[in-house]
Amino acid sequence: MSSRNKILAGWGSMWVIRGELSRRTYLLFALFGMLVPLAGWWGLSVSGWMDAVFMPGPMQVLSRTYTWFVEDDLSYDIWISTYRVLAGFSISAVLAIPIGLMIGTYRPVQAMLEPLTDFIRYMPAVAFIPLVMLWVGIDESSKIAIIFIGTFFQMVLMVAEDVRRVPITQIEAAQTMGANRGEIVKLVIVPSAKPALLDTLRVTMGWAWTYLVVAELVAANSGLGYSILRAQRFMQTDKIFAGIILIGLIGLTIDQLFRWLHRKNFPWLYKK
Amino acid sequence: MTTKISIQAAHKTFGSGEKSIVALQEVNLDIGSNEFVTFVGASGCGKSTLLRCIGGLERLSSGSIQVDGADIDGPGVDRAMVFQHYSLYPWMTVTENIKFSRLLRAGREDITSSDVEVASGRADALIDLMGLGHVREAYPNQLSGGMQQRVAIARALLPRPQILLMDEPFGALDAQTREVMHDLILHVSKLEKTTIVFVTHDVEEAIYLGQRVVVMAPRPGRIDSICDVDLPAQRDQDMKLEPGFLQQKKAILTRIRETAGMRTDHELLERMTRQAAQQNDMQ
Repeated sequence: MSSRNKILAGWGSMWVIRGELSRRTYLLFALFGMLVPLAGWWGLSVSGWMDAVFMPGPMQVLSRTYTWFVEDDLSYDIWISTYRVLAGFSISAVLAIPIGLMIGTYRPVQAMLEPLTDFIRYMPAVAFIPLVMLWVGIDESSKIAIIFIGTFFQMVLMVAEDVRRVPITQIEAAQTMGANRGEIVKLVIVPSAKPALLDTLRVTMGWAWTYLVVAELVAANSGLGYSILRAQRFMQTDKIFAGIILIGLIGLTIDQLFRWLHRKNFPWLYKK
Repeated sequence: MTTKISIQAAHKTFGSGEKSIVALQEVNLDIGSNEFVTFVGASGCGKSTLLRCIGGLERLSSGSIQVDGADIDGPGVDRAMVFQHYSLYPWMTVTENIKFSRLLRAGREDITSSDVEVASGRADALIDLMGLGHVREAYPNQLSGGMQQRVAIARALLPRPQILLMDEPFGALDAQTREVMHDLILHVSKLEKTTIVFVTHDVEEAIYLGQRVVVMAPRPGRIDSICDVDLPAQRDQDMKLEPGFLQQKKAILTRIRETAGMRTDHELLERMTRQAAQQNDMQ
């Protein structure tokens, strides 16, 4: 078979529904998927179709990121934003995991808390801002509180669902071996739900970052979200771009960290 | 033979009012010590429900189940259970799964250090008995369905239960693996001297394994008939082809068909056959 035919055959087999793809080809496609929008963006900015004020080019954004770093203390903005996200997210997780575990395990707790949580989660977190400002003031805790409100109620429901998805036969097997309630929760339900719980944390971490920008609307004077909002006032679109991309990159890093933790902690899921 | 399990006037209803379903009606049965009893019947006949009631996972609506003359109250270490699937703990290795009951308080009461040593030897002995030596450190999802069920059986046997309840344990396995498992479980039942209650929808399996086959019927779930298996204690696969075996299989299958309530399906089939024949005649 000529090399041309080989490539054609490879091309065909990769489009089989749910087909296989070698790691190299996967990375090639992933790179392609990243570079095309980048090239499109660059093309648009040099074409002159859009005013550079509205559509800064990649180089402009890069140089703005640099000046932000050396002149405007970018690292502090990153640190304070990350701190707010992690604080709000951690408080959410510490409370949501035990509450969700109870909802998913005991019916009376479910009846008592789930409809209520369902109701509250449809209330827009943003609308709580005036109340939060009145109740907790305008310091760090108010931003953390907004992130908490945005993530906590969703997280409770997702944790409860993860717990409910533990196969009943795993629980019944423990019962027939003489396990009591506490032992079933500790030795079966928690370890069985752990991988799903870590995924839930990964997903809600993404939401925590989206609430950051909202939270930094609240009388903040630092942080990535705050910088983005202030840049709008001065028409610094390149800074807006830089801020958005930075949040995306931090999110991606944390997401990968969660995935790494998943592989590290749950080896049995990856052994075939 | 002394009575191990005694089921008296067992009744079980699911739901209430018009939507209620009678899963078990007036079930009476004594199961002897070291007996191997199998339950067959069409779906909905209550065979699994009865097993789960013996295991303590479900409660009877009325009537009683006694083990050694004492009413059962929920699950207990004297009655181990093997499920069809998804009962192993995927985060534990084979050895850890088998030793699971050792983590429980119920298994640790009044235990001395010499007991622990004996128990440790017990786990190794079961691993050998089940042919799991080469997969000790593997995780369940690395094993075939047959190997997974071997682990489940070993895990159930570890605390030396007097009764082993098996709920279609080989239902998801291929025919060849199932044959191997049949001989394995027969060997285990002799060696361990456990009373085995085995639920299946496979009549051949029920006869091959059981000393008695209890045929159940649906709507309402009840015992239809009990059939003493006319085979030597030492079974082998060739027996499945002998006339006596086949006759018994036919008799049981007939009972199941007659009670299954699938008459409408059979009538439909017959009508289709007649129509096809008529069309052939016309051509």
